Amino acid sequence: MKQIKSLADLNKSKEEYLAKSKETGGKNASGEKIRIRVHMGTSGIASGARAIYEFLTIELEKRNINASVIKTGDMGYCFAEPTIEVTRPGEEPVIFGNVDKLRADEIIEKFIKNGEYVEGILPINYQIINS
Amino acid sequence: MVKYKKQILVCGGAGCNSKQSEEILDNLKLELEALALENDVQVIKTGCFGLCKLGPVVKIMPDDIIYVKVTPDDATEIISEHIVKGRKIERLIHKDPLTQRQVSSSPEMASYKKQLRIVLRNCGIIDPESIEEAIARDAYLALGKVLKEMKPMEVIKTIQDSGLRGRGGAGFPTGLKWKLAYENKADEKYVVCNADEGDPGAFMDRSVLEGDPHSVLEAMAICGYCIGSSKGLIYIRAEYPMAVARLITAIKQARDFGLLGNDIFGSGFNFDIEIKYGAGAFVCGEETALIHSMEGLRGEPTVKPPFPVESGFRGKPTNVNNVETFACISPIILKGASWFSSIGTEKSKGTKVFALAGKINNVGLVEVPMGTTLREVIFEIGGGIQYGKKFKAVQTGGPSGGCLTEKHLDTPIDFDNLIAAGSFMGSGGMIVMDEDDCMVSVSKYFLDFTVEESCGKCAPCRIGNKRLHELLDHICKGNGTLEDLKRLKNMSLVIKDTSLCGLGQGSPNPVLSTLDNFMDEYIAHVVDKKCPAGKCHDLMQYFIVAENCVGCTACARVCPVNAITGERKEPHLINPSICIKCGACMEKCKFDAIIIK
Repeated sequence: MKQIKSLADLNKSKEEYLAKSKETGGKNASGEKIRIRVHMGTSGIASGARAIYEFLTIELEKRNINASVIKTGDMGYCFAEPTIEVTRPGEEPVIFGNVDKLRADEIIEKFIKNGEYVEGILPINYQIINS
Repeated sequence: MVKYKKQILVCGGAGCNSKQSEEILDNLKLELEALALENDVQVIKTGCFGLCKLGPVVKIMPDDIIYVKVTPDDATEIISEHIVKGRKIERLIHKDPLTQRQVSSSPEMASYKKQLRIVLRNCGIIDPESIEEAIARDAYLALGKVLKEMKPMEVIKTIQDSGLRGRGGAGFPTGLKWKLAYENKADEKYVVCNADEGDPGAFMDRSVLEGDPHSVLEAMAICGYCIGSSKGLIYIRAEYPMAVARLITAIKQARDFGLLGNDIFGSGFNFDIEIKYGAGAFVCGEETALIHSMEGLRGEPTVKPPFPVESGFRGKPTNVNNVETFACISPIILKGASWFSSIGTEKSKGTKVFALAGKINNVGLVEVPMGTTLREVIFEIGGGIQYGKKFKAVQTGGPSGGCLTEKHLDTPIDFDNLIAAGSFMGSGGMIVMDEDDCMVSVSKYFLDFTVEESCGKCAPCRIGNKRLHELLDHICKGNGTLEDLKRLKNMSLVIKDTSLCGLGQGSPNPVLSTLDNFMDEYIAHVVDKKCPAGKCHDLMQYFIVAENCVGCTACARVCPVNAITGERKEPHLINPSICIKCGACMEKCKFDAIIIK
């Protein structure tokens, strides 16, 4: 493992990761990537996020959609768990709440494939500090 | 390929919903159908945009235009002007009152949103098990900057200037604590992260540790550099298995990257972190009890002074901070003290994460700048009370906090205002109660908790709380007198004044604040022997209203103890001496003939 010994090393690691995530992320037909974050903290998992994570990874592969599915912590939307965030290439991320397998399927077919919105959108209702 | 040419998002949050957003949605759909555009334009209802003051809000994609204060009548114009002709509707675009500039796109509108995420900046965004992802969002940058470019006192000065106060409850200035720990000379010092989150209904620390563990590790190392410590300890309850697992992974990764361990950033500074497990005793959130527990002793508090910064873990100077406090550190270093102190109120800077629980629609975590009002948190961000019921009270600060009522709703939340209102910031739990909650039972519930969790060391807390609980039980059973209410108040004040630690000093707060704000309910319990909310079992009585009863016998058949008698097609009667108040009859009755008195 490469050790970080200076601010330059840290910055390099950041740049490398950002570049790598661009390359290895799943890509859509036109070669751009789709990213899905499944919020898997305690409240997410308690509401069934693990099953949604598995469903998404299996189904996306079956349906030949090359997307990256990432496990993250919770966003605080406990009332609407499980929640997932989908980022289509070049677009703002969209968060869907109360995702069961049925809705996950709809999200793949309608939103991921066609950009068509489905029920359960939770707009980003907060401002986040830029780092 | 996007199937639709345009998409219209209508906010369906509680704030917008109350201002006819449903009608706006319907009207937009009707207008589209009239022009046969329903296959080209999608209209969809969403959750809250967080722009409640400007609501109802309608957003048009992919143009990224947000219209504010839309009325149902505006639907026609939105469709005919924006959708058909592609022209922006100037009058529905928000104009900043200060700059007079029009703002309409999502990034521009962000600053109007109620929630500001500093502590939760990475939660739900990064993979907590990947240090690379954390680094890509500037984790450890502040640590590098501090080690390379700043002296310990400069960092402490920055934290002091930022006005950051401890997020664990009492609100002690963090910079001052660090300074005291720095000034106490010793061969070894310790940095402790208090992750013993014990308030019922509070889970912000868990979310931070599960979503962004590196922010805490980094801040602990910064603190270690400032006070001259090379050893960090995280005291976490074993009931948080996922947070523990992610912390272990994060510590390992940080060591592998050389961000923990020896000679961090080539600066010669050594720092490592170890996890200590707690068994979940509430009192171990108190810093002296926490330290004893880590030493392998009974988790009991001791008298301060000496404060942990003087003599803490193994008798060495120890700086104890809460998870959320640590999570604020690196943004303060990176963005500066004046940035942080520009957020919040005069004496409480920055943001606070609240865990909304109880009878509220949007149960979950919110992070708002200090000074946001309770009304904004509960009714706008929190979406209001479940099932449209009436708000009664909100308990802040867990079992050591108080119940605040309608009249406190417009109080800006900060450390001092909450204390002035008779409550407490605590770790940030907010339990919302509606009209169906009995405040006497609520204070009894919180005392149940403190009686159970009292460590038993000091008499006021061990014996006093037990007696307090007995009195409340007495009142709930209908055996209380007006004299008891006086004793309740007296005893509460004595316990508050004489207890050793924060647990005992805070435990009577729910009683005192409900006595202040809901005296009428206490009086109803002791004088009229009635529970207005219908929660106290022993004070309830089921009655059959003769006019409504048709004599269908359904209630008599469902009664498990045969307390209901009556002839067919004649009004029935409940025998109160047999009735066990199970409520089965009331559920069964189709004619609303059974009531609780």
